[in-house]
Amino acid sequence: MSGFARTRSIAFAVAWRNLHNFFTNPVLIVPALLFPLFFFTAFAGGLSRVASAPGFDFAGDYTAFQFVFVLLQASAFGGVFTGFALARDFESGFGRRMMLSAPNRVGILGGYAIAAFARAVFIWVLLTAIALAVGMGVGGNAVDMLGLYALAGMINFAALMWAAGIALRIRSIQAGPLMQTPVFLIIFLAPVYVPIDLLSGWVESAARVNPLTAVIEAGRGFISGAETEVLLAFGAAAGLALLLAVWAFTGLRRAEAAGG
Amino acid sequence: MSPVWLQTRELARRSLVRTLRQPAQVVPTITFPLFLLAINAGGLDAATGIPGFPTDSYLTFALAVPFIQSGIFAVSNGGADLARDIETGFLDRLALTPMSGAALITGQLAGVVALGLLNAVVYLGVGLAAGATLEAGVAGALVLFALSLVIVFAFGCVGVYAAFRFGDGEAVQGLFPVMFVFLFLSSMALPRDLIEQEWFRTVATLNPVSYLIEGVRSLFIVGFDGRALALAFGCGMAIGMAFLALSVGRLRTRLVRT
Amino acid sequence: MSDQRPASIEVEGLVKEFKKGPRAVDGIDLHVDPGEIYGFLGPNGAGKSTTVLMLTTLLPPDEGTARVAGYEVREDGARVRENIGAALQEAALDPYLTAREHMRLQTALHGLPKAERRRRGDDLIARLGLADAADRKVGGYSGGMKRRLDLALALVHGPRILFLDEPTTGLDPQSRSSLWEEVRRLAKQEGVTVFLTTQYLEEADSLADRVGIIDNGVIVAEGTPESLKEEIGEPSVEAVPADPSRNEDVMRVLHRFGGGDCPHYVNESIAVRLKGGSASLAEVVRALDAEGIEVVHLQLHAPTLDDVFLAKTGRTLEGAEEEDDDGEGETGAPNVASAQAAAV
Repeated sequence: MSGFARTRSIAFAVAWRNLHNFFTNPVLIVPALLFPLFFFTAFAGGLSRVASAPGFDFAGDYTAFQFVFVLLQASAFGGVFTGFALARDFESGFGRRMMLSAPNRVGILGGYAIAAFARAVFIWVLLTAIALAVGMGVGGNAVDMLGLYALAGMINFAALMWAAGIALRIRSIQAGPLMQTPVFLIIFLAPVYVPIDLLSGWVESAARVNPLTAVIEAGRGFISGAETEVLLAFGAAAGLALLLAVWAFTGLRRAEAAGG
Repeated sequence: MSPVWLQTRELARRSLVRTLRQPAQVVPTITFPLFLLAINAGGLDAATGIPGFPTDSYLTFALAVPFIQSGIFAVSNGGADLARDIETGFLDRLALTPMSGAALITGQLAGVVALGLLNAVVYLGVGLAAGATLEAGVAGALVLFALSLVIVFAFGCVGVYAAFRFGDGEAVQGLFPVMFVFLFLSSMALPRDLIEQEWFRTVATLNPVSYLIEGVRSLFIVGFDGRALALAFGCGMAIGMAFLALSVGRLRTRLVRT
Repeated sequence: MSDQRPASIEVEGLVKEFKKGPRAVDGIDLHVDPGEIYGFLGPNGAGKSTTVLMLTTLLPPDEGTARVAGYEVREDGARVRENIGAALQEAALDPYLTAREHMRLQTALHGLPKAERRRRGDDLIARLGLADAADRKVGGYSGGMKRRLDLALALVHGPRILFLDEPTTGLDPQSRSSLWEEVRRLAKQEGVTVFLTTQYLEEADSLADRVGIIDNGVIVAEGTPESLKEEIGEPSVEAVPADPSRNEDVMRVLHRFGGGDCPHYVNESIAVRLKGGSASLAEVVRALDAEGIEVVHLQLHAPTLDDVFLAKTGRTLEGAEEEDDDGEGETGAPNVASAQAAAV
């Protein structure tokens, strides 16, 4: 078997195991599904009047406005939660077994990335179906929507790489708060409820330098059919993904040096 | 000193000492609600421009929310401590003494109630320093602290009941997100009459957490609103008493001493 | 706190049956005299802890009667608790409190007069060798220190009967022997009646005045360790041939000395009870030699409580533990929470 085929085989084996655990364990799958739906309900349902605030200039409806945020949030946390699984595997010794059996350990990370993406797609399908069922207006065309999901996929990958970098360095589920807190912060320090121009105080300042702001604004542009900041958004998402992939790979080397 | 009072005092002392020795219980109860307050105050300030919004400062409007979040932390902190006592057998040790059930429950909540009071002081101080106003003045601050105690006690009783019911710390911690559902489906972010979606407004109206928030909020943006305060104190006490009664029943089951 | 009734334990036909579970205690009778150390020996899941929970009033019995310190456990629970102290299976301590704070809480819950609370706590802390660590949080204590504090807490109100549920499980030999010393002192010098459960033969043998052996909820033997071992009678001999292919020959030779008993395997050894007593060991050696069997191990084995257990149940105590580990035996001893949940 060639080196690439071997790596791919390892990646699919790791992904299969992770997805099997995810889809057969209610403790994992139920919160992963319920939380995005809950946030969507609470934000889109409870705050829709905010769209009538002076200066709220989003082209679509408030449900679509919040859909984009919840989609990106669910994608990011899908990555983080897959990182939890990686940390648990290393804590239980399963990580060491994977390291022993996989000559190319990049395949291990690849497997978790496939699993994280599959989990995210599953949640996207459900969330999109519900949003459309409750009457969300979509102004963008198919290419726009593809752009939105591509951004979500990149955020999912970046968040997984962040969490994996932590998990591979600490190799314990105790690192959970360290994995999720910064992601939580960066998500909520973006324009969550209103467009960026309506933010005020230090939250506005933080949002202006937050790379996720461009991603969220571009995503909202896609769904409303009024594209905005597309290049900046993809550049920011790709930059985050690349930088955090390096972080994860150096973490993998650390884990190897520590004997798994 | 009567035995019950002595037992209550010592159990309360233990609860307080134990809470203060766990920074993981104390720090998030202060920082997490303040962080969300900061985000919401900056993120939703534009909402004050909606016609009929009761104040021009979203910070003042949202300052009520941390007081409820403090209660939510009381569910998991108070409940998890008791669940750990059950799991480790510490409750059995207490059961072998002539301890009264009332002393156990009251004492058990002392730590979280004291922490709730500390949180209330910090939230108010930070809120005022950041520019919020308290229309009810100094007397209102005292009423605010009293209401905070009722809220924390009420939620603490929910945690205690859950601990007796499940006897498992993980199950009690699992209530934390459930409590957040109640918070998010309330008038937390907008006044009820400004909630556009009818189904959401109905849920918020049926949700007792709305009345707790509105009672606290009234002190900040109205002054003394007798109806809002009566509803808040009433809801808090009703939740507390209901879960206290349920807890006493569960305690009898849990401690089937002969 | 104490009264004039005898500090004894009297049990007749005690039964506890859990829903969807086994009959954890199946009609046991017990009598423990004041000042006696009674060892309750058995494998995991035999019913030891369930018995202790019933005798300490934490679990209501289904059938039978139990009088502790002269009071019926079902009718006079509060009076029973006044007279007993208990250190249950897990050292139930709060990791965030110090030893002194534990003492303060426990003495207050027992309603000791104010002046006595501090004195009593300090005395017990010193007596159990915890004075240096008294103001440190218990979370940092070793297993032995936790057990000693657990014992101290059980003693704060001066109980006349002490229940110790597997008090030395998981302790190192030094901590174990220091705890034994304290238990002996309590019984001999202070006249405290001690009801001690254990799965360690050595503990029951060296500490207990009398031993009850329980298996599957039933007491299968009772008496002083010496009388139980005497009941078994003769010692046994164990032999391991140098060449394993000669096991059958060793069996045949040893059979001659077993007075009709068949030799059996104990791990790699072949063993038989010597009907002629230890004096026949020399004859065994000569017989093996005459057959040209070279042995790498030959040992005379005096009867132990494990032999008693084997004779009464057909299993060794160790084997019974392994059965439990494999999940084939009874479920493990319940803690109070699960026992009560199952019972309610």
